[in-house]
Amino acid sequence: MRGKYVIAGIGHTQFGRLPGRGTVSLNVEACRNALADAGIDKSVVDALFVKVPTSRYQSMYGQTLAEAMRMQPKVGGVWDQGGATNISMISFACMAIDAGQCEVALVTLADDPKTGTRQAYEKAWGDDAAYGWFSIAAGYAMIMQRHIAEYGTKPEQFGEIAVAVRNHGAKNPHAALRAPLTLEKYLDSPFIVQPLRRDDICLVSDGAAAVVVMSEKRANELGVKAPVRILGFGQGQTSYDVPYREVLTETMAKVSAETAFKMAGLTPKDIDVAQIYDCYTIAVLMTLEDYGFCRKGEGGRWVEDGRVAAGGELPINTSGGLLSETGMPGLQLVMEGVRQMRGTSVNQVRDAATCIVSNQGGIMTTHSTMILGH
Amino acid sequence: MSFPLPEPTPLSQPYWDALRAGRLTFQRCGKCSHAWLPARAECPNCLSAEWDWTKASGKGRVVSWVIYHHAYHEAFKAQLPYNVALVELDEGPRLITNIVNPDLGIKADRPVTLQIEEEHGVALARFALV
Repeated sequence: MRGKYVIAGIGHTQFGRLPGRGTVSLNVEACRNALADAGIDKSVVDALFVKVPTSRYQSMYGQTLAEAMRMQPKVGGVWDQGGATNISMISFACMAIDAGQCEVALVTLADDPKTGTRQAYEKAWGDDAAYGWFSIAAGYAMIMQRHIAEYGTKPEQFGEIAVAVRNHGAKNPHAALRAPLTLEKYLDSPFIVQPLRRDDICLVSDGAAAVVVMSEKRANELGVKAPVRILGFGQGQTSYDVPYREVLTETMAKVSAETAFKMAGLTPKDIDVAQIYDCYTIAVLMTLEDYGFCRKGEGGRWVEDGRVAAGGELPINTSGGLLSETGMPGLQLVMEGVRQMRGTSVNQVRDAATCIVSNQGGIMTTHSTMILGH
Repeated sequence: MSFPLPEPTPLSQPYWDALRAGRLTFQRCGKCSHAWLPARAECPNCLSAEWDWTKASGKGRVVSWVIYHHAYHEAFKAQLPYNVALVELDEGPRLITNIVNPDLGIKADRPVTLQIEEEHGVALARFALV
């Protein structure tokens, strides 16, 4: 399947605070924009893959959305792997098309935790709430602390990631947070759940994004102008909650990437630019390790000296990622991967021919990887 | 806002009763000897429903810890900053807890010992750095 399927179009809404819209309207707008970007009509779409909104669970939401777009998909529904869902849905779309179940798929995500509820991010962890154990952030902080203890990872090294990504976002006119960041400012930012500082933590945003998936052959037939090839994908799930993981500093991201690299016939050395899920800086650092860009425990030293910043050896999150562009869980990274391959990024990596994209959900619980390329 | 009290189920009630009586317990599988917390109806290792509550030695080590500088619940505002730690018991199970003497210096893998404390009428399994 390597290179046989493409992302034919990408679309998104504004990012930030979007009161009064609701996720159905946001999804429809993103789909409308993705179809326009692909230059195709709604009538050719026969599959609709939808990520469950974290702000409000609703039974058969995928069908509610299909109705709002007057569609009768052959394949459709809601998937839930948290933030890993997006790339997983794109890979499921490729597999469904390959199996002859459908031809053209819309993959879409909308969420409105900024104006709606943040319960998904700030929740109590069952009976452990009696010990004060709350929030997604604290789970990441627990992993980060263990990484620091095992490998001596320094605050400045996490700061390198935050500074690089925030400065990429500062150049993106669509980014929700455009204020650049310095290492000094990062180190001065207050602890939320120590060792996590405020500037280690992603935004909370309303917004939506969608992509169109089809075969390269179909894209040619439909006259799609800028299709981008999907070279490989993979998934992996660390399905033990943080307290019950035997090892805190390794995840199934490794397996997910190995699957994707194998399918693409590539290795980390072949990757020109990366979009790495940056809900928290520790997630970026550990994903870079698990993907094999450096050895386990060496992520801190590896990101030093601007290696992941624009102009560095492996620029990451070139549109600002979750830390700056939008807190929306993951599809912005896929869209930016597509832009890099098209040569239209605001932080374009010159001659970039391959881009790896990571999506993950929960507290490094689920993982999905995709490699885009020429 | 009220304190977030544990909500025992028929499955977890023996755990909370034992804590109240001064004993930390965990489940051990009768088929494969796997040990675990929190309460589950089946062994997560071999899926057997044959298991017993077993008394823990109360000895363990710190796997990791965090310090909250932000309260996600009203009841913890007055305690800021407070720690939450992940402790692995010598018998294997891991649990979320608090370290009662953090001033000694919480460190990864530092040994700890059980110190049951009552709060808001419920017995909690906390640990002290040794």
